[in-house]
Amino acid sequence: MTQQMDLNQRFEEYIALDQKIEAKDWMPDAYRKTLIRQISQHAHSEIIGMQPEGNWITRAPSLKRKSILLAKVQDEAGHGLYLYSAAETLGISRDEMLDALHTGKAKYSSIFNYPTLTWADMGSIGWLVDGAAIMNQVPLCKCSYGPYARAMVRVCKEESFHQRQGFQIMLNLSQGTSEQKDMAQDALNRWWWPSLMMFGPSDASSKHSKQSMRWKIKRFSNDELRQRFVDMTVPQAELIGLTIPDSDLKWNEETGHYEFGPIDWSEFEQVVAGNGPCNRERIETRVAAHENGAWVRDAAAAYAEKVADRESRQTSAA
Amino acid sequence: MSASKTDWPLWEVFVRSRQGLSHKHVGSLHAADSTMAISNARDVYTRRQEGTSIWVIKAEDITASTPSNKDVLFDPANDKVYRHPTFYDLPDELKNM
Repeated sequence: MTQQMDLNQRFEEYIALDQKIEAKDWMPDAYRKTLIRQISQHAHSEIIGMQPEGNWITRAPSLKRKSILLAKVQDEAGHGLYLYSAAETLGISRDEMLDALHTGKAKYSSIFNYPTLTWADMGSIGWLVDGAAIMNQVPLCKCSYGPYARAMVRVCKEESFHQRQGFQIMLNLSQGTSEQKDMAQDALNRWWWPSLMMFGPSDASSKHSKQSMRWKIKRFSNDELRQRFVDMTVPQAELIGLTIPDSDLKWNEETGHYEFGPIDWSEFEQVVAGNGPCNRERIETRVAAHENGAWVRDAAAAYAEKVADRESRQTSAA
Repeated sequence: MSASKTDWPLWEVFVRSRQGLSHKHVGSLHAADSTMAISNARDVYTRRQEGTSIWVIKAEDITASTPSNKDVLFDPANDKVYRHPTFYDLPDELKNM
């Protein structure tokens, strides 16, 4: 009992002193559970996030754009893998996490349940969705759990090209023909509000926020990060002559921030509950990829076993 | 869901970022054997020329000290401050030492 108290006290001290918690350190069960939930959902988001963009790889307008998109989607796969590894240090297996994703037990970012209808959606995803992700992820580089923080450093380094390439697509379209400009505006109209929802429910109704901030997993509140994103993005839209689809949007000289209209949280709840435009398709595609790859995993395991067996027989013969 | 017959083991990955530096731990991954581990490590951890050499080691083959041993292992060094050059109070006139 006293030993338990000592351990808890040491954990609290580490947190207070901004020291990192490492995989083998003692941690409260609730801290471990919170991290497993957050990191695995983050990993799932990266993996499911490959699909909306994968949709355009074969239809990219040039070889250069296709190479860039391929590299970006490959990065998302990499980010998913860094994060799955970080989650595994907490004692959950890769298979358990994948099962949770495939059976719908685990969530992923609801933004990926929206369809990618035009090439301008590739621009909007890079500019807005990756922009919002960066806003969320940069503070995670300083999160209290070492393996997660280190994975996020890698992710953030790679993510900035994603946002820049997206903005460049929007820039080029906005300088193009009137159809191209309309296409860019249409994509912005569809992605703007879902991007604001990426920061999660407002502070008042976010159920995990408070405890996560106390544990220094989370460093800023959902509303703070959302405001920063709006402040950063509005001038970028102005620069390329696109209009943010919000009639309430206005600059507040006094606060130094943009004020924006109310978010339709009922839409967010619907998408989280599984009723977004693409929820079913995303999971079906993921499950099919997993099942169709089973023979590859089995063959590789059988081959590794055969080689190991042969090597051990050679060793015993010698 | 068709479960794999065998779970691929976990490998820890170490990358030498350039000649002259030591290998540094960068993360882990799953692979069926060491050849696949190297090739996966190349794809996962060195997409932007982060490395000139990769080591992979099965995670289960690593022996690590445990956090509960921390005091036993590292505390005795605490009272041996004379191992540090700053322990020695020398006259200011002494240059370049």
